[in-house]
Amino acid sequence: MFLIILQGLAWTIAITIVSFSFGAVLGIFIVAGRLSRFALIRAISRIAIELIRNVPPLVWLFIVYFGVAELGPKLSPFAAAIVTFSVIASVYLGEIYRGGYASLPKGQLEAAKSIGLNRANIALRIVIPQVFRTVSPSMVTYAIGLMKDSALASTIGVVEMTFRANQITQTTGQGLTAFTIVGLIYLLISLPLGAWARHVDQRVRERYVVI
Amino acid sequence: MQFFTTWLEYFREVSGGLGSAVQLAIISLTLGYPLALFLAILLDHKNRYLRWLTIIFVELGRGIPLLVLLYIFYQGLPQIDVVPSALTAAVIAFTWSTAGYATEIIRASINSVPPGQIEGANSIGLSPRDRFRFVVLPQAARIALPPLMGLAIVMFQLTSLAYVIAISEVMQAAYFLGTKTFDYLPVFVAAAAVYAVITIPAAILVASLEKRISRFAT
Repeated sequence: MFLIILQGLAWTIAITIVSFSFGAVLGIFIVAGRLSRFALIRAISRIAIELIRNVPPLVWLFIVYFGVAELGPKLSPFAAAIVTFSVIASVYLGEIYRGGYASLPKGQLEAAKSIGLNRANIALRIVIPQVFRTVSPSMVTYAIGLMKDSALASTIGVVEMTFRANQITQTTGQGLTAFTIVGLIYLLISLPLGAWARHVDQRVRERYVVI
Repeated sequence: MQFFTTWLEYFREVSGGLGSAVQLAIISLTLGYPLALFLAILLDHKNRYLRWLTIIFVELGRGIPLLVLLYIFYQGLPQIDVVPSALTAAVIAFTWSTAGYATEIIRASINSVPPGQIEGANSIGLSPRDRFRFVVLPQAARIALPPLMGLAIVMFQLTSLAYVIAISEVMQAAYFLGTKTFDYLPVFVAAAAVYAVITIPAAILVASLEKRISRFAT
């Protein structure tokens, strides 16, 4: 039983890492849209963010998996899960980036401009490295949440941990054992990551107080 | 036009699940928040073992995905010959999860009451019990209110998960309608709209409340 669940763990981790990576990149566009110079782009980004955050992830998952198939080619369950969770992650990570950007000391931008760096260089060399450092604990915390959300993918047939536990329940009736093991595996991954995020957060805070 | 009237019909039908969703959310919040206050107080208890038990209980509620908690109670308990109804299983799972998250919020709020308040309470000779009831708790409640309301919105969204254990909430209604009409996209968009109609105004309300409260802070 344990082995079957562990095979599911590979899929849980795959969904989490792939969606998180796509989300981390897409999130840059979300924050760029949110802080755009053009009011229209700001408004569209804002509406998209609120819609994505205020509709349950399960609904998005079903829209992508069952709904989009009406329009074009049917996605595999795994692909549908990746698309859904990447988009959701991009919104949350985008908001995390925005928080980090807001906490960037103004003098950094002024100094960069005064030495004649262009916009691309300011973004790549000044803003992104510093923002990334302040927001990395929040990103880890979000990754933990994303891993827990990935359990939803079981409902559309991705054979991750929760799906495997369901299978075991149906074939052996040992649901309590199976789901308890699954729950503890989620916990075993998230607790150390969470502790590490708090530790890094503490260090970042201490450093910023000095500045 | 035809498309729109059909969609409105879908919206009406899917929103039929709203009653169960709201019911589940309200029961879990009214059980979960007081439980969370109790747990937040226990985290300061003199007895080390009690403190540890509380931490474990809170971490299990937060760390295990709600979907898995639902399955543990609904699909798992029959293994030991306890067969809860779908609603009972859902209420237990949602309450546990709510309590887990809310404990963290309440605890952080209690800790963020300025220490001068406690010193002040001590200096006028309040007992620890009165100090907590009349000085710390009212101020912590004000700090905790916006995040607790935010959590309530999240829990309402999460009632969609109860669909997996056959509770006739919004997603169940949408899925049923989808398999009947094969018109999945409009049907699930209708489900999204049913949630958004409630969650977006609620989120705006919380944001404005947060602004008002922070204006009076310190």
